[in-house]
Amino acid sequence: MDYFIQQLINGIALGSIYGLIAIGYTMVYGIIGMINFAHGDVFMIGGFIAMIAFLVLVSLGLTAVPLILFFVLLIAMATTALYGWTIERIAYRPLRQSFRLAPMLSAIGMSFVLSNFAQVSQGAKVKALPPIVPGGFTLSDRAGFAVQLSYVQIIVVVTTVVLLGIFSFLVARTRLGRDMRACEQDQTMAALLGVDTDRTISMTFVIGAALAAVAGIMYLLYYGLVDFFMGFVAGIKAFTAAVLGGIGSLPGAMLGGLAIGLIETFWSAYFSIQYKDVAAFSILIVVLIFLPTGILGRPEIEKV
Amino acid sequence: MDGGSASAAVPPPVPSKLAFILKKALLSAFVAFALFLLMIGIRTEAGPDGQLIYWTRVGELAAIVGAVFLGSILVELWRARSGRIDFSARMPAPLLSTLLSLRRAATPALLGFAFLVPVIFYDQRYLLDLGILVLTYVMLGWGLNIVVGLAGLLDLGYVAFYAVGAYSYALLATTFGLSFWICLPVAGILAAFWGVLLGFPVLRLRGDYLAIVTLAFGEIIRLVLINWQSLTGGPNGITGIPRPTFFGLPFTAQDDGFAARFGLEFSAIHRIVFLYYLILLLALLTNWVTIRLRRLPIGRAWEALREDEVACRSLGINTTTTKLTAFATGAMFGGFAGAFFATRQGFISPESFSFVESAFVLAIVVLGGLGSQLGVALSALVMIGGFELFRGFDQYRMLVFGLAMVLLMVWRPRGLVGHRAPTLFLGDQRTTISASLVKEGHG
Repeated sequence: MDYFIQQLINGIALGSIYGLIAIGYTMVYGIIGMINFAHGDVFMIGGFIAMIAFLVLVSLGLTAVPLILFFVLLIAMATTALYGWTIERIAYRPLRQSFRLAPMLSAIGMSFVLSNFAQVSQGAKVKALPPIVPGGFTLSDRAGFAVQLSYVQIIVVVTTVVLLGIFSFLVARTRLGRDMRACEQDQTMAALLGVDTDRTISMTFVIGAALAAVAGIMYLLYYGLVDFFMGFVAGIKAFTAAVLGGIGSLPGAMLGGLAIGLIETFWSAYFSIQYKDVAAFSILIVVLIFLPTGILGRPEIEKV
Repeated sequence: MDGGSASAAVPPPVPSKLAFILKKALLSAFVAFALFLLMIGIRTEAGPDGQLIYWTRVGELAAIVGAVFLGSILVELWRARSGRIDFSARMPAPLLSTLLSLRRAATPALLGFAFLVPVIFYDQRYLLDLGILVLTYVMLGWGLNIVVGLAGLLDLGYVAFYAVGAYSYALLATTFGLSFWICLPVAGILAAFWGVLLGFPVLRLRGDYLAIVTLAFGEIIRLVLINWQSLTGGPNGITGIPRPTFFGLPFTAQDDGFAARFGLEFSAIHRIVFLYYLILLLALLTNWVTIRLRRLPIGRAWEALREDEVACRSLGINTTTTKLTAFATGAMFGGFAGAFFATRQGFISPESFSFVESAFVLAIVVLGGLGSQLGVALSALVMIGGFELFRGFDQYRMLVFGLAMVLLMVWRPRGLVGHRAPTLFLGDQRTTISASLVKEGHG
């Protein structure tokens, strides 16, 4: 039982990170109907920038951990958001009216560019930081097995919940959110009614990238390392999460993220760690056979 | 009416072009500065005691920001000068007609050249190897074209079938000692079987759900290949895969070898030339089968499925079998190519079957103009050739490749060859169809 609870905690923390990345996928998909393959690498860039900002801030003499975390969050979110904006501007906007495969391939190309840019500019080796927020609570300690809830896990889950709250408010209540929902339903009509569609789509990418940066920081805190290749695997899993939850749906993305995180953790804990990704992907395929539009996705209504 | 004429009478003041360009360039430079400040301006590395250390790179940062500034000015100047030019309208009519007839001659010319490559470049092993590589990708492109270009089913895991073909041959040949010519059809059949296996769960899925499931399938195959150590050798792969024989005659210097039997002096290049013609014939087989299938009811059904699935179903086409045959046929050619790859390399490992390969082949198909056979061949030549040009810049190769992919897509979203031959035509009216009229399918 204790072992189960421990895995549950680990799975939820991991799932939160996947969920944060998945939100970026699902938002972009919802608004322009395109798989943003570069999103996983935006997450990786976010992790790298957080790592560099952390090193610089520490060497500048900052010692208070909450203050460092705050500044790292600020710097990484702002810079990564700019990455998101630039990518949309260069690779996707010229292809807005094009057919579906063109922006997707452009995104795959962008993903290669980003991961190799990180490799060329920062080297191919894994960058490891010492634990930034060590320690945690011990929930129970029976029969030699201690259930640990680390501070990092609390930070990850709390940050995710807070961001999800802010973000849901943004989409549901603000002008920008209304514009986004309008573009999602009908871009031409939204433009006719005075919605600046270009700006709205840009903002979607900016928000998605900022959330990916947060996920990058959480990953850095949780695992203490970044490398240029981590964007691919995390990206695929987050995209799997978005599809599992029903692409285009925000709660779905979070739910899918949690599901993938839990599946992966429990599979590694009870079966084999090597096949954890196979398990996640197989469950995706099985779920999609019975629910072809994901758990919370709306079925596509086809007009003839 | 009044408002319109008033605004026409007082044109808005034209902003100075130079000022505009400078402003834009400065903005780009500023964005570049913000983007690269941490990623390029600071370099991190693990220090001697394991701790991360960093040092600044002001020079590189300044250089790249300056390059973005100048590049932005150049792009803006070029845009201001050229605008949108319709090249075909500017060209004199005779030149245009010559170009059009050249286009018609392109296929036989390319084919003739492909057959003559080993004769012309007999001594240049590097060029022959490159030719084999290009032809392998041409074959993969043509195979995937059946699924993506004809049936309109987006497959992001095509490399899985390539892997199935390669491992089938490698395992059958190393454990049972079967020859390449027996294993080739078996590899194709096994890959087709896996194609059907993938096809079944995805029958109901459409669009991007299909894309992610095929991607997941490709990853599952790769992960199983890595982890099933007892069968596949894990990350170390399979070594010592037998080389192909010329219908039983091995390419060795021995008395029963190919050279001795035909009274030739032994040369290692014989095997390369043989491999070249082998993949050329396999690729041409793919092309020929595709062209023939397009004229059969099943090929028509594929294209109808791509254009409109609902209409397809209402006309009584069985979409289930149509989709499954498309997956199976495409996978089969992937399997053939995989078996060839295994025998050529003599060594395979899961590394060769990553998502990058799938993306590569898909890029070749889309860049070739979805469904155009000539286009796929040309874009394979351009992509692989271009990739080879950057062999010296090892680290920057994928970076440049990714950039090229983005720029090519932005420049020609419909691919290099933007037209295709119709399947049906009236009398002699063999006009081509513009690619923009062809749907991409929902599947």
